[in-house]
Amino acid sequence: MTEATADGHGATQAAQPATHSAEHQQHPLKVYLVVWFWLFVLSACSYVVDYVGLQGYLRWSLILIFMVLKAGLIVAVFMHMAWERLALTYAIILPPIAVLVFTLIMAFESDYTLMTRTTFFGAGP
Amino acid sequence: MADTTIPHAAPRPPGLRGLAADWASDQRTFKNVSWGKAMMWIFLLSDTFIFGCFLLSYMTARMSTRVPWPNTSEVFSLHVGSVSVPLLLIAIMTFVLISSSGTMVLAVNYGYRRERRKAVGFLLLTALLGATFVGMQAFEWSKLIEEGVRPWGNPFGADQFGASFFMITGFHGTHVSIGVIFLLIVARKVWRGDYDVGRRGFFTSRKGSYDSVEVMGLYWHFVDLVWVFIFAFFYLW
Repeated sequence: MTEATADGHGATQAAQPATHSAEHQQHPLKVYLVVWFWLFVLSACSYVVDYVGLQGYLRWSLILIFMVLKAGLIVAVFMHMAWERLALTYAIILPPIAVLVFTLIMAFESDYTLMTRTTFFGAGP
Repeated sequence: MADTTIPHAAPRPPGLRGLAADWASDQRTFKNVSWGKAMMWIFLLSDTFIFGCFLLSYMTARMSTRVPWPNTSEVFSLHVGSVSVPLLLIAIMTFVLISSSGTMVLAVNYGYRRERRKAVGFLLLTALLGATFVGMQAFEWSKLIEEGVRPWGNPFGADQFGASFFMITGFHGTHVSIGVIFLLIVARKVWRGDYDVGRRGFFTSRKGSYDSVEVMGLYWHFVDLVWVFIFAFFYLW
């Protein structure tokens, strides 16, 4: 198997000298195959949530959990973020927090819009 | 372009101290990635904001309407024989896209190992799966349009459903289509051996290297990543 020779850097990367040469992200195939397998499993799980018709907070929390796990696996392993330097990781991972703040603001806003609509137009369509 | 990095500098500290050192070093910040990769990541970050804003405007529309939202489980169901299976097409599309992500990762890996034949094979397979995805999306669109879904209204519930659906899935489908085109371009370059001999690209005149395959992979995985969020928020919620 060629897998054994594939992984040179990764865990030891942080202590390496700051040369300007780009390093190749090469890891054992097994890591990818395992993650691939789990992506299939998690997708199947989130589909099952809809198929069996779970409702309410159980449905929403399960959807969110499976979504976050899938997204995390893709970013960390498939996109190699787990092996990059923190300078790059934080530059990419932190800014989307602004989107979450925006989401929160708009959640309050749409709550208010709904309230005014029901006040002036009544509850039904 | 002048190289502003001091070669063979002292080892950098790990963790947060390393982060501070990289950003405060008055040199290149992203030290061990090619600039193509750094730029792709920054482009993907901007794309994250675009899709983030689409999804949150969808949330705003859905939360603020008095009219019930269409039941996506029924709207996107398919009939197999006489049985109606909820979200069947969407589930297949999800699996197709995840499969393509897996083949992409293999293509990157075989590229770095200089196994050109396998790399080209997996790149073409990725492009094929991507094209399949777009084809199924076209089928889904025409089915919904036939049923009377329009950006300004639909027979199933709140009017904003159509606008959100066409905007979000349309923009994602465009990303997949562009990805397929670029996959074919990269596959051709690998096939010709451009990345082995460092042949310069016609557009950027940069020396080719297998790094380009990884950068292509970043884009492709991002497309898959966006679908994960669309699948959760638009189809399942």
